[in-house]
Amino acid sequence: MEQAGYAFVDILIVLAKVIVVIGINLLMVMILTLGERRIAGFIQDRYGPNRVGPQGMLQPVADGVKFFFKEEVIPSKAEKVIYVLAPALVLGPALLTFAVIPFGGPLSVVGKEIQLQIAELNVGILYIFALLSLSVYGLVLGGWASNSKYPLMGGLRSAAQMVSYEISMGLAVIGIIMITGSLRLSDVVMHQNELLFGFLPHWNIFLQPLGFIIFIVAAYAETNRVPFDLPEAEPELVGGYHTEYSSMKFASFMMGEYIALITSSALMTTLYFGGWDFPYVDESSLGIWGVLLSIIAFAVKTGFFLFLYLWVRWTLPRFRYDQLMGLGWKVMIPLALFNIIITGVVMSLL
Amino acid sequence: MVTIFFFIFAVTALVSAVLMITYKNPVYSALFLILTFFSLAGMYFLLEAQFIAIVQIIVYAGAIMVLFLFVMMLLNLRQETRLPIGRPFQVALGSIFALILLIQLFFIVKVGLTVSKFGAFPPEKINKIGSVQVIGGELFTNYLFPFEAASILLLVGIIGAIILGRKKLPNEM
Repeated sequence: MEQAGYAFVDILIVLAKVIVVIGINLLMVMILTLGERRIAGFIQDRYGPNRVGPQGMLQPVADGVKFFFKEEVIPSKAEKVIYVLAPALVLGPALLTFAVIPFGGPLSVVGKEIQLQIAELNVGILYIFALLSLSVYGLVLGGWASNSKYPLMGGLRSAAQMVSYEISMGLAVIGIIMITGSLRLSDVVMHQNELLFGFLPHWNIFLQPLGFIIFIVAAYAETNRVPFDLPEAEPELVGGYHTEYSSMKFASFMMGEYIALITSSALMTTLYFGGWDFPYVDESSLGIWGVLLSIIAFAVKTGFFLFLYLWVRWTLPRFRYDQLMGLGWKVMIPLALFNIIITGVVMSLL
Repeated sequence: MVTIFFFIFAVTALVSAVLMITYKNPVYSALFLILTFFSLAGMYFLLEAQFIAIVQIIVYAGAIMVLFLFVMMLLNLRQETRLPIGRPFQVALGSIFALILLIQLFFIVKVGLTVSKFGAFPPEKINKIGSVQVIGGELFTNYLFPFEAASILLLVGIIGAIILGRKKLPNEM
């Protein structure tokens, strides 16, 4: 392989990036578990958890400790191996996806250029879709292995839902691939770095508004969030696929879901909102401050989409199952195909 | 390094393929098949065919096997009901086909050893252009007709599924 001559320093740099990215992801999970309930409280005009620590800041720590000390129950009729494997299958792909997302501009330290991205794949976008298509296994197998009717229903629903919406998500992103002419996410970001007509940031949202709407709807369905949280719809299915899980296994499901939220928010930022690009500023001319600025820009944009997830959850009601499938197959996929045709026509005219 | 990885993937692929056939529970069989697909994807990565590797995972592991599992769970298959093996006709036919496949494999390997290792697209060239660009270019120029024929075949499959799955109208009953 071409990278066979890795120097020791390069390995250290990659290791540092991996640790930082996973660390920040896990920290964000803690913040999100609190944020979700506090924002729910705010939206519903009540307090939410504010007792543990100042403003309830230590609530996630208390929850973590509680998860560790809860009794671990494995149902006696469960398929034990798969039952234990399923939470790992949710958490694993969720953590791996972030590897290809560029989270800041290139940093140069003592003549060495460091890309703020763990892995630069020339099939980066496809890599994300591959992991996305694998993330359904954890839910399906968890639901099946519990050997109980509500989890089984939840697992079946998640399989059907995620397979359906994956198609429209993939088709929506084709528009971006056509404009950029590359599957590398760093190319996608670099392509959005200039100005459009001299005054707008050259972000894909302005070029692909329909694509973005399809993408964000599909992303909500893929992450099982309201209004598409049918796999775990608690009034119908108790808790859906994770009904029979307890203790850290349940926590792994939760963490996997929250990390998927973070990743998909980061992906929306990268694909449609310029990634780490801070509009109207040339980051490369500012040196280290430019890099810092780009990281902050990326974090703020991703944070906004995370907030949007929470906001939508406490605003919209849940879809019915047939409405969900109807929307996915009869509206989203034709719209996504239409978007590809429009993009092709406009590109050939320009 | 590449050799070590090759043997890891090769052994995983073979072992999980055998386990897939021998396991009694169909869900476990499906999972071992997924593992086989993953080992194959790993081999494609070793051959610098990143696009094929990723597509292998997206299409086979991510889409087809999810549907397989979906159907198995819908029917809630726990134990495979085995038909008694030992019908002489089937065993004989199966053995003949297996033998033909073995001979074919033998010849393919032999041919592969004699001709040069890479065809028109050695890894350096693919890395320079990008594997997606190479495959896209070939599909839409040299292999346009087979490509379109395959897409029509898929379309026919979709239409067939719709016809089988649709509700019967009252006057057709």
